[in-house]
Amino acid sequence: MELEQIFQDKIDKEIRIEPKDWMPEKYRQTLIRQISQHAHSEIVGMLPEGNWITRAPSLRRKAILLAKVQDEAGHGLYLYSAAETLGISRDEMTAQLLSGKAKYSSIFNYPTLSWADMGVIGWLVDGAAIMNQVPLCRTSYGPYARAMVRVCKEESFHQRQGFEILLTLSKGTDAQRKMAQDAINRWWWPSIMMFGPKDDESPNSVLSMKWKIKRFSNDELRQKFIDVCAEQVKVLGFTLPDPDLKWNEERGHYDFGTINWDEFWQVIQGNGPCNKERLDARKKAWEEGAWVREAATAYAEKKRVKNTLRVA
Amino acid sequence: MNNLIIKYYYGDYGESKNGAADISTSNNHKPEWPLWEVFIRSKQGLDHKHVGSLHAADAAMAIENARDVYTRRMEGVSIWVVESKYIHASNPDEADSLYDPANDKAYRHPTFYELPEELKHI
Repeated sequence: MELEQIFQDKIDKEIRIEPKDWMPEKYRQTLIRQISQHAHSEIVGMLPEGNWITRAPSLRRKAILLAKVQDEAGHGLYLYSAAETLGISRDEMTAQLLSGKAKYSSIFNYPTLSWADMGVIGWLVDGAAIMNQVPLCRTSYGPYARAMVRVCKEESFHQRQGFEILLTLSKGTDAQRKMAQDAINRWWWPSIMMFGPKDDESPNSVLSMKWKIKRFSNDELRQKFIDVCAEQVKVLGFTLPDPDLKWNEERGHYDFGTINWDEFWQVIQGNGPCNKERLDARKKAWEEGAWVREAATAYAEKKRVKNTLRVA
Repeated sequence: MNNLIIKYYYGDYGESKNGAADISTSNNHKPEWPLWEVFIRSKQGLDHKHVGSLHAADAAMAIENARDVYTRRMEGVSIWVVESKYIHASNPDEADSLYDPANDKAYRHPTFYELPEELKHI
């Protein structure tokens, strides 16, 4: 049997592919692109929230936000490790991020203007991420699936704490309610763009579905997310900023308005409100951390030599 | 008169033209910290189980990083780390022949033996 046929048979039988198994080059490349992009998103995703750690309104909120941002660092690390099993080095991935060659989720190129944004990021941005990530726990590549199981276990607190922030604001003063509604208005459309381009404009999707890297299409997941949020927003007593959003009995889904795809492509191509700021922050962290990486290497080497001498 | 000041950083670095800022990055070919595989015992009495990998300069740092990356929610009571290069693995392409000796020995399983119903505690 052809190698490619054996590979596809395994996929069809729901047998996971592991690092040393034969795989088509395109499968490897697609996974490297998707997993590294995902890892970069976790790392860059720490920045908009990091912005509010020092200004959280209470010690409780501050501790929670710190824990959430720390989780995101951890999620980035799980995913980088998974990508490394495909034969790309950590430094190569970092270089691709810093040079702009690798992308990250466009949502993180929007600014976090108020405390309510922390609530909305948890509810909508993490909510959309979870919707994407849960099916990835069954993705065909073993190390990626295992990383996602870990991520999903931890992610659910992120969404719940976000909703709790909004719930608290919804019971607050007029100013607080206004702040929360404003945050929802700004983040709603970028959040539903997180599912990626429409199915007929997503050329990689067909192969990804055949290889069971993806299990649901962009539009399926987006619809599911909109259906869930349209109900959840009622609990808050706020609204989603879409006049065309209404229940369609026949389809059994919510209809929604037209997404501004021009904005989506603009942000992906680097013209979002914070693209430069985010990348500059990552470059600064990489450059200013260089002496630490080197010092630790030198120290480890010194100790190694010392130990060798002692043994000899 | 020119004073020649030689600065040493971290003991072994030697001369640096521009102070600390010179010890920086533009060189992309510096070696990465080695990769370590992490094994965690989730509670006393259970085996250590592979949970993933991470980069660290040495074993002590690998254990500390493993604590931060893999046990933020009390997932472990003991951590093992081993540099990935020391792990030797079987080749999946040879799985058929490697496991062949175990394939046709059904008599190694208790269900192979047909015994009367009335026989108890066996």
